Amino acid sequence: MTKKIYLDYASTTPVDPRVLRAMLPYFNKKFGNTMSLHSFGQEAKLALERSREEVAGLIGAKTEEIIFTGSATESNNLALKGIAFANRNKGNHIIISSIEHPCIMESACWLESQGFEITRLKVDKYGQVSPKDVRTAMKKGTILVSVMHASNEIGTIQPIAEIGKICREKGVYFHTDAVQSFGKIPINVNSMNLDLLSASSHKMYGPKGAALLFVRKGVKIEPILHGGGQEIDLRSSTVNVPAIVGFARACIIAKKEMAKENKNLAKLRDKLIKEILKKIKGSYLNGHPEKRLPNNVNFWFEFVEGESMVIQLDLLGIAVSTGSACSSVKLEPSHVLLAIGLKHQEAHGSLRITLGKRTTESEVNYLIKVLPGIIKNLRKISGAEQLQ
Amino acid sequence: MKPYYSKEVIKRFTNPKNFGEIKNADAVGRVGNPRCGDIMKLYIKVEKKGGKEIIKDIKFHTLGCAAAIATSDMACDLVKGKTLKEALKIDYKKIVKELGDLPPIKIHCSVLAREGLKATVENYYAKRKGQKK
Repeated sequence: MTKKIYLDYASTTPVDPRVLRAMLPYFNKKFGNTMSLHSFGQEAKLALERSREEVAGLIGAKTEEIIFTGSATESNNLALKGIAFANRNKGNHIIISSIEHPCIMESACWLESQGFEITRLKVDKYGQVSPKDVRTAMKKGTILVSVMHASNEIGTIQPIAEIGKICREKGVYFHTDAVQSFGKIPINVNSMNLDLLSASSHKMYGPKGAALLFVRKGVKIEPILHGGGQEIDLRSSTVNVPAIVGFARACIIAKKEMAKENKNLAKLRDKLIKEILKKIKGSYLNGHPEKRLPNNVNFWFEFVEGESMVIQLDLLGIAVSTGSACSSVKLEPSHVLLAIGLKHQEAHGSLRITLGKRTTESEVNYLIKVLPGIIKNLRKISGAEQLQ
Repeated sequence: MKPYYSKEVIKRFTNPKNFGEIKNADAVGRVGNPRCGDIMKLYIKVEKKGGKEIIKDIKFHTLGCAAAIATSDMACDLVKGKTLKEALKIDYKKIVKELGDLPPIKIHCSVLAREGLKATVENYYAKRKGQKK
């Protein structure tokens, strides 16, 4: 087996060849700085504004409501810190969920150190936030609610429209980190009652280095990068035109191909879940059985540690990931898996498999074929029953 | 850039020689905890030879990452045929060196293996003391 199988699309995706083609002229032919008055600059500026329109079109936003940034981490930092500091006069209370991406969790921690109050909402065993809990957590000084659209780890999709409705009713800004769902499942910022939304290009077959923050017109927000005033003064920095052009092309493609692709992905996902649960004793599905991304599968296995599965699969050319502490720099298991109620040792045995555009049925079949043997072998080494 | 795991780690992880249980072991050591993720259990068979106590056989069961499995296997090889006193002198750096290095965040796995050896030998001494009484 020399062919490599990539099943880690939630981590990053390959650039679509059509995206790459669209980007190429902007590296060395149409290379101008969008702030320049001459023709080179104006040519780049035109590409930027066209891209903005195309990206806005995917989520029902107005063109001027899209702020391009350099990464999803930056977008999420801008959303939390920008809203917090711009609305300090209204209050200092922010609500997030307990299963957010580290860039939200850490931004919230930092805001806490700056005097803001953070409420972290619990989730149920499937990883869902209850809209009722959002309503209960709100108080007079609440200025922002931020709940991710779909989990990067367990794929669970949140009831965003419902939460948004409550926020709208209470006059509280509502942000969602849509990094995993943007371009994958339909999003409409209006029907979902969103004020802010973060998304990233490299998770949807665009290049790395481009991301966005949707900021609804009228929302009060402060920049975190100060300088030349690009992106309506919300994100100073020379604009990364080639990456943004690529991001926009990826959006156009996603809009056209999303429905068909999802059908295919969901079929492969369901086959993988069914077969693995059937073939491997002591295996469990993490996340919601139905309300989950069409490309996400996450299991935990008894008496096996996640990193050792990842390495064994990698030796066979299969790339997947785990929420085990052994694979993290912090030596703590995934906070998401702990939040859905897994014990430490259960979270250590987790495996995330995320499918994508290039995933074929024979790749999924190959994983189904080799994984039971790998687990059997590792359980022999762990002496499963002796360790109980 | 070096690969994440050395060839020796991968070799021992994919094909450990010393895993399994020794029935009627003279001593058993158990270290680690479910919280940190790695659990290691060592079994030894001791032989008395010319007034010395020698580790005749040693086996392990390890629930853990590739590094934890490889360090367990290496630790077994390093003390097999050695006296109990010699086994206690093996330090984690020796295990790391023999494995052709470990990633910095995996050094604690070699420390765990060293603690496992210590716990096993101590279990042996405790058992022997109990028998004498």
